Amino acid sequence: MTNGNDLMVEATGLVKTFGTTRALQGVDIAIPRGTVHGVLGPNGAGKTTAVRILSTLLKPDAGHARIGGYDVVRNAERVRASIGLTGQYASVDEDLTGRQNLVLFGTLLDLGRRGARARAAELLAWFDLTEAADRPAKTYSGGMRRRLDLAASLVGRPDVIFLDEPTTGLDPAKREDMWGVVRSLVRDGSTVLLTTQYLEEAEALADEITVIDHGRVIANDTPQRLKRRVGGQTLEVRPSDEADLERTAKILTLVASGNQAKPDRPRPGVLAVPVSGDAAMAEAVARLTGEGIAVTELSLHLPSLDEVFFSLTSAKVSAQTAQEVSA
Amino acid sequence: MSTIVLNRPAPKPFRLLRHSLELTKRSLIKTWRTPEALIDVTVQPGLFLIIFVYIFGGAVSGSTHSYLQFLMPGVLAQTIAMGAISIGVNLNNDIEKGIFDRFRSLPIPRSAPLIGAVLGDVVRYVLVTISTFAFAYAMGFRIGTDPLHALAGCLLAVVFGLCLSWAPVFVGMMVRTSGAVQGIGFLVVMPLTFASNVFVGVATLPGWMQGFVRNNPLSHLVQAMRGLFLGTPGYATHVWWTLGWCAALVAVFMPLALAAYRRKV
Repeated sequence: MTNGNDLMVEATGLVKTFGTTRALQGVDIAIPRGTVHGVLGPNGAGKTTAVRILSTLLKPDAGHARIGGYDVVRNAERVRASIGLTGQYASVDEDLTGRQNLVLFGTLLDLGRRGARARAAELLAWFDLTEAADRPAKTYSGGMRRRLDLAASLVGRPDVIFLDEPTTGLDPAKREDMWGVVRSLVRDGSTVLLTTQYLEEAEALADEITVIDHGRVIANDTPQRLKRRVGGQTLEVRPSDEADLERTAKILTLVASGNQAKPDRPRPGVLAVPVSGDAAMAEAVARLTGEGIAVTELSLHLPSLDEVFFSLTSAKVSAQTAQEVSA
Repeated sequence: MSTIVLNRPAPKPFRLLRHSLELTKRSLIKTWRTPEALIDVTVQPGLFLIIFVYIFGGAVSGSTHSYLQFLMPGVLAQTIAMGAISIGVNLNNDIEKGIFDRFRSLPIPRSAPLIGAVLGDVVRYVLVTISTFAFAYAMGFRIGTDPLHALAGCLLAVVFGLCLSWAPVFVGMMVRTSGAVQGIGFLVVMPLTFASNVFVGVATLPGWMQGFVRNNPLSHLVQAMRGLFLGTPGYATHVWWTLGWCAALVAVFMPLALAAYRRKV
């Protein structure tokens, strides 16, 4: 490796403009080997542009990117030998069968005729496409097409895999299957960059998340820390005896952060208060035990990534609105 | 036992050839899968021969047979020129569907997908030659030379088709929709085939048009084929002119097409 900290993807200050649209306005992404990095953002945020630059399909107007230590512009050929790309745009040939597609990519990757055939058979079996292997790809269902697209990007056993919205349009069960595939790829040592609009997906797979909006990085952290950054946590308590609700409420107001007079009641028999840290949980337990109140439910929740996402993007919107108003 | 070594780059020229041929095979599989896309090179020459020979033959040439002898090489050239348009249409579709982005993300020479597609078109040009001969022979056409000369004429037609292909490939890389490729192709090919010696002798045309017609690459090809099929004298210069045009078409449109392909997002 050429870099000491073993970053497989390293992008700094990527800028790309299409006409008057500033698709990327200085994006940094760093992905350590063997991890999954989620790139989140609404439609048109610049996710796909970033992936296209990292996979050598587009040249950045400014900034640099390296994959496995190789520059995506100057060493494009070396980069291409070590990446796999799956997205709506990097597709397969619909007139060819699934097998013919995979064999074609294998021979183009210089696996040799026999090597390409073996690799194709292996991938078809792994993605449960053996039965459909000799049918033209245009007869495949949506889920099968996605699996074939992904298989096509794995023919050369790439070190870095780009998955651009790999599960958009798939039903939940198929999505879970796809997640299983991503996890096993990472287990085998691949590094994955995943763009998605589904926070659930990023949360399920990603070690680290970059949130992009309007071509800029607005947050970059682990899912856990992102959640913590945005909102405090919520402590939820359900006393065993409903008669204890009043006393429990009093205790909770004591451990709550801020000045909340009364706890929320998210569900019947359940009380919830915002708290500032993990210590609140211990304090609540101690006080409840001290008062002799038995509880059937006691839990501490981080905000969901959805909430994080909306608070990140709307913070930006309100800042913009404020600017526009003052201007 | 042999082990597979991944991503070991082979010497450059061999890689370009090998990868292009792999992609040629892809074109051939596609052609095999969609035989309906071959109508323009199989049925069309027969249709043109029948329409022109039996409708205009008597008026133009006095007899349908002598017009058939005159027209056959022209129809072959015309169908090849029209058939060349479809490669631009197909490549434009490929780009739209995203398969070219897959190719561009692979460690292969950038020109391989285009060269592969052009080489794959050789099948279409061979087919058009065979079907034109078959229809013409059924209608009474006979070669006036020997099979070797006739074969040389066919070869010239196929080579011309391959070289001409780079023009629609370029158009296919430049415009946004496959429909536009078809439209532009037709706009260029129509005047090229009619303002030529395909249907009538050059001497019957108005003087101002003769200059264009005499230098039209299709006229040279047709005159060369008439010589090789029928023994019309003085065809050798037209063979050289045709080969010159072939070289010029490749020299101009291949780099343009490759540059447009590299720029294409």
